Amino acid sequence: MYTQSLNEPSSRPVEALDDAERLARFQARIDAEEKIEPKDWMPDAYRQTLIRQISQHAHSEIVGMLPEGNWISRAPSLMRKSILIAKVQDEGGHGAYLYSAAETLGVSRAELIEQLLSGRAKYSSIFNYPTPTWADTAAIGWLVDGAAIMNQIPLCRCSYGPYARAMVRVCKEESFHQRQGYHAMLSLARGTPSQRRMAQDALNRWWWPALMMFGPPDTASHHTGLSVKWKIKRFTNDELRQKFVDFTVPQAEFLGLTVPDPVLRKGDDGHYITGALDWSEFNAVLKGNGPCNAERLRERRTAHDDGAWVREAAIAHAAKRSARAVA
Amino acid sequence: MNAMAQEASKAPTFTYAIRQADTALILAQRLSAWIGHGPAIEEDLGFANIALDLLGQARLLYAYASEIESQGRSEDDFAYLREECDFLNVTMAEIPNGDFGFTIVRQCLLDCWRLENFERLTHSTDSRLAEIAAKSVKEIRYHLKYSAGWLVRLGDGTAESHRRVAEALAQLWPYVHEWFVEDAAESALVALGVVPAAADLREAFDKRLALILAEATLSRPADVEYRWFGKRGQHTEHLGRLLGEMQSLHRAHPGAQW
Repeated sequence: MYTQSLNEPSSRPVEALDDAERLARFQARIDAEEKIEPKDWMPDAYRQTLIRQISQHAHSEIVGMLPEGNWISRAPSLMRKSILIAKVQDEGGHGAYLYSAAETLGVSRAELIEQLLSGRAKYSSIFNYPTPTWADTAAIGWLVDGAAIMNQIPLCRCSYGPYARAMVRVCKEESFHQRQGYHAMLSLARGTPSQRRMAQDALNRWWWPALMMFGPPDTASHHTGLSVKWKIKRFTNDELRQKFVDFTVPQAEFLGLTVPDPVLRKGDDGHYITGALDWSEFNAVLKGNGPCNAERLRERRTAHDDGAWVREAAIAHAAKRSARAVA
Repeated sequence: MNAMAQEASKAPTFTYAIRQADTALILAQRLSAWIGHGPAIEEDLGFANIALDLLGQARLLYAYASEIESQGRSEDDFAYLREECDFLNVTMAEIPNGDFGFTIVRQCLLDCWRLENFERLTHSTDSRLAEIAAKSVKEIRYHLKYSAGWLVRLGDGTAESHRRVAEALAQLWPYVHEWFVEDAAESALVALGVVPAAADLREAFDKRLALILAEATLSRPADVEYRWFGKRGQHTEHLGRLLGEMQSLHRAHPGAQW
């Protein structure tokens, strides 16, 4: 069934309802697992939460092209080069797709990009870490995309229709990336001693930042409450983090690599217990003081500024064409 | 082709396949540097697409070259373990990207030539080359649509965009010449119906390009005296740096699997 058919007002037009009644109807639809569509009434806070979340996600995809893009020119085989280009291209595609989803909420891509370039918008802090070796591209695929999937699979059931549908496609591609990353990691782990060293070093550097991708602990998260009520978020940060750890530790063992957590152990309930996360580092990176924050934004700004004359030319040409079509 | 002709065509076909493969690889390497740095997301995706197609074409051509040579060299041996003078890409492919307009002009020129060439190669008497061409030609048609579309937009856009692409065209024009100079190896293949004749190709290229340049309000630059011959292994200063970067990791770990 098309969800639109569920959205038709039953008796009175929505405009005639007062806010409390609208809100109650909105919540009832969410509780009934209906999708909210762009033209439906929604509370402003719901709209703003989604704009923030979807645009941050889009920005993360676009900035996320840079750390891995760093290795396209030096990929060590033609097969790996093809895979890496395709992957970075997918990320750009996700960015474009997500900006479109955000646009359904009444904000333009140009505004959102301006927010990113001016430093007002956030993107996933994970992309503020450097990729000094080839193994970093493998670790990003395995761990970062792996963590992203944990976060994003529940979003396929998000109450906002365009975001939920975008996530279905994004998740399919992300899980492909995760497998490719793990495969690349496996080649390194089973390779020469220096390849193994490279793989272990990448795991050492990406493990903790990957765990922090799930956001602050539930006790300190500001956004969780309302997002859960509105079914934008279905699991808490800590629940997802636990899921990721339980899933990933055995994979590291299979690779013969050591998770850089001396107190990591399996609890009686079958879940892994990790050491404490260093949230001061997370907060520093979030505030803009990570290893690559300035560099990533500078690269995005340069690309944007260098492309200004191209975008102007495209607009000028389109105007000429339509003038000629009228004449 | 009879058995004798087949034997005689082996060495020139190998050279020809390497020239085409190297051209595709080196151009892919150049284009892929745009990913994440283009003027809009769509252009990042566009260049990534073209680079991926070119890599795919290079890999098919290396595989065929390796079959002809029958010494067991892999695609990575060709890409990562040869020296600069062994690379037989046409020079234009190795010229650095410059700005977006420069890259578009380079791409459009190469696409025009490659499309005419690969369309004809689909009728090659060498069935392997014909198969590779049949797959590639569909991709190159799209590449040209993309690059010509942008060349028209930029040429007939603003005064600045027009100036930029006109300058790029003038700078890149001298590198067109070598595509249409047949050497002994190529002439032998023309005679066997393996590859198209250079004169025929030149005429078709000129015709196709003239239409695009007219729409882009650009004029064809005058031919100049100085000639480059990357396809004979005589390269600009730029190829060495490109290979230095591209091959660095592979060469740092001899024999490693990735």
